[in-house]
Amino acid sequence: MSVLEIKDLHVTVETDQGTKEILKGVDLTIAQGEIHAIMGPNGSGKSTLAYSIAGHPKYHVESGSVLLDGAEVLEMSVDERARAGIFLAMQYPVEIPGVRMADFLRTAKTALDGEAPALRPWIKEVNEAMKSLRMDKTFSERNVNEGFSGGEKKRHEILQLELLKPRFAILDETDSGLDVDALKIVSEGVIRAKETNDLGILLITHYTRILRYIKPDFVHVFVDGRVAEEGGPELAERLENEGYDRFLADASVA
Amino acid sequence: MSPVATQTPEQHGAQAHSDGGWDSNAPGYVPVQTRDARFTSVNHDDFPEVRGIENDWKLTPVARVRPLIDGQLDGSPYAYLVNEATGASVDWIDRTDARVGLAGIPEDRGSANAWTSFERALAITVTSEDHVDLVLSRSQLGDEPRAAHTIITAKANSNSTVIIRSSGDAQLAENVEIVVESGATLTVVSVQEWSDPSTQLASHFVQVGKDAHLRHIVVTLGGSVVRLNPSVHLSGEGAQGELFGLYFADAGQHFEQRVYLHHEAANTIGRVNYKGALQGVGAHTVWVGDVLIGPKASGTDSYEQNRNLVLSEGTRADSIPNLEIETGDILGAGHASATGRFDDEQLFYLQARGITEAEARRLVVIGFLAEIVQKIGNPELESHLHAAIEAELSGGAQ
Ligand SMILES: Nc1ncnc2c1ncn2[C@@H]1O[C@H](COP(=O)(O)OP(=O)(O)OP(=O)(O)O)[C@@H](O)[C@H]1O
Ligand SMILES: [Mg+2]
Repeated sequence: MSVLEIKDLHVTVETDQGTKEILKGVDLTIAQGEIHAIMGPNGSGKSTLAYSIAGHPKYHVESGSVLLDGAEVLEMSVDERARAGIFLAMQYPVEIPGVRMADFLRTAKTALDGEAPALRPWIKEVNEAMKSLRMDKTFSERNVNEGFSGGEKKRHEILQLELLKPRFAILDETDSGLDVDALKIVSEGVIRAKETNDLGILLITHYTRILRYIKPDFVHVFVDGRVAEEGGPELAERLENEGYDRFLADASVA
Repeated sequence: MSPVATQTPEQHGAQAHSDGGWDSNAPGYVPVQTRDARFTSVNHDDFPEVRGIENDWKLTPVARVRPLIDGQLDGSPYAYLVNEATGASVDWIDRTDARVGLAGIPEDRGSANAWTSFERALAITVTSEDHVDLVLSRSQLGDEPRAAHTIITAKANSNSTVIIRSSGDAQLAENVEIVVESGATLTVVSVQEWSDPSTQLASHFVQVGKDAHLRHIVVTLGGSVVRLNPSVHLSGEGAQGELFGLYFADAGQHFEQRVYLHHEAANTIGRVNYKGALQGVGAHTVWVGDVLIGPKASGTDSYEQNRNLVLSEGTRADSIPNLEIETGDILGAGHASATGRFDDEQLFYLQARGITEAEARRLVVIGFLAEIVQKIGNPELESHLHAAIEAELSGGAQ
């Protein structure tokens, strides 16, 4: 069984005002098949954690490590991390003009597998995955994310999750911008991916709604660049009722 | 795109942009106020000598095209290949033919030299109302300086795509006249895939009539110096002009396009979109986009943009949009210009899906330029250009 371990991770970004520390020592361990929810106030560093694990060049790791079955992820290039089995469903998926979705998906699959997928079964698989996410077939002819609505972009992220079959997925606010029906459809996609591939999931969210579909084994409260508290699903309910005041007060005292 | 260098002189409103840099001692000199008041003549000697410091020439490597500007030019007919297309004809016509000069008159000395020198004009005339594709190829212009004159006429209500593919060696100064009569729909694609040492100065003069629709696409991939300046007049009410361009400049190549779009009549629509890639030391591209919305052009809807993707160190992309508006009553007018390196976010997104950096770059560049290729509408040429762009890209990697 695979394990993704984040150990004392410190991350900075360059800003106009100089270097700013955003992650201030994150510790988190996710085993394959587990669902971990991360909840925390705006600006606390949740997306920074997600991007840092995926290797976005904007974020500088100052210290700490991210180990995938003992191998140092931080030493891998972005594409190597993906090929090692880490997937990031982005909060704001990027538009890529002129690159057709069908070509993109096949290129990604080929890169991950080291060989091109057999054409007919692949097209069938793509069509079926699109159908179960209620995505129209015409999307595969469109350019990647170009002109997609917010919700359509999120569905496209989960489509990739199902087709690319990673071992660990970080879902950064995949539920934001989804209508009630779409939330259910997308959640079912995530559950399918988990069940088929024994996926480990790090689910970043602001709402308990999605947690009714994707039931977390662990909930982590993320405040000011680190995990402030950990608990089971009941912690999410408590946060929904009480908000983050309790933790923010702690942070300002510290 | 992450902007590296953006040159965007803000020139909204009814103000002249001083682009009339003729030598003030020269014969025929008139201080030019607006783009349509430029000096024009068919005679080479009426223009002042080109010194390379004039506004119009200062970005051009004048020495490399001197034989075209001032030299003796062979103006005789040349060999070409063309497909059979019903409702379209191709003939050599006399230089005294009434069609010569209908679309425009030279605005610079190189263009006038070509005009003075051509013996016969190649007339392409389309009458078909069912869409026809006419593909004319010329690849044997030789390495002596020569002049050419082409007249493309889309008769009223005709519908066609005229593709001119140029390759091989050439030192060519030429004028291309394009007349789109009322109600006609015409796509003109000018593809420059010259050999490495070739040079070309071209002026395209275009008149778009009432409710006519012109799509003009310039694709430049090969040559040492290629300077192609389209001047498009939306002269009939309701005329539409889409002016697109794609260029890929390698080390040492100079590709220049000075695009002039004149909204003359009321309710005209103009779209200008040029996209370029630069790769290799000394790759230099110039895009100047002059849009003039004349006093009678009420209801104008106009937008122009140029985007350049810089793929290596040592390149230079000049991008200069100008907008002059002489009437208050327009629907909209705008411009955008950006020159930048790869968009990190796009590369990250692709790499985060396991795609290697090299492959991600390839996808992004091809995608960037595909927007223009997709406008051509001729599958054979489109797939040829995709392959040619791939070849340009891999050429730079060696
Ligand atoms: N380039 C930058 N300049 C200044 N601050 C930055 C920069 N990039 C990130 N930050 C800051 O880093 C902090 C963490 O941002 P991050 O996107 O990780 O937050 P988040 O927890 O995902 O928030 P949200 O819930 O709103 O998505 C924020 O305060 C943000 O403003
Ligand atoms: Mg975020």
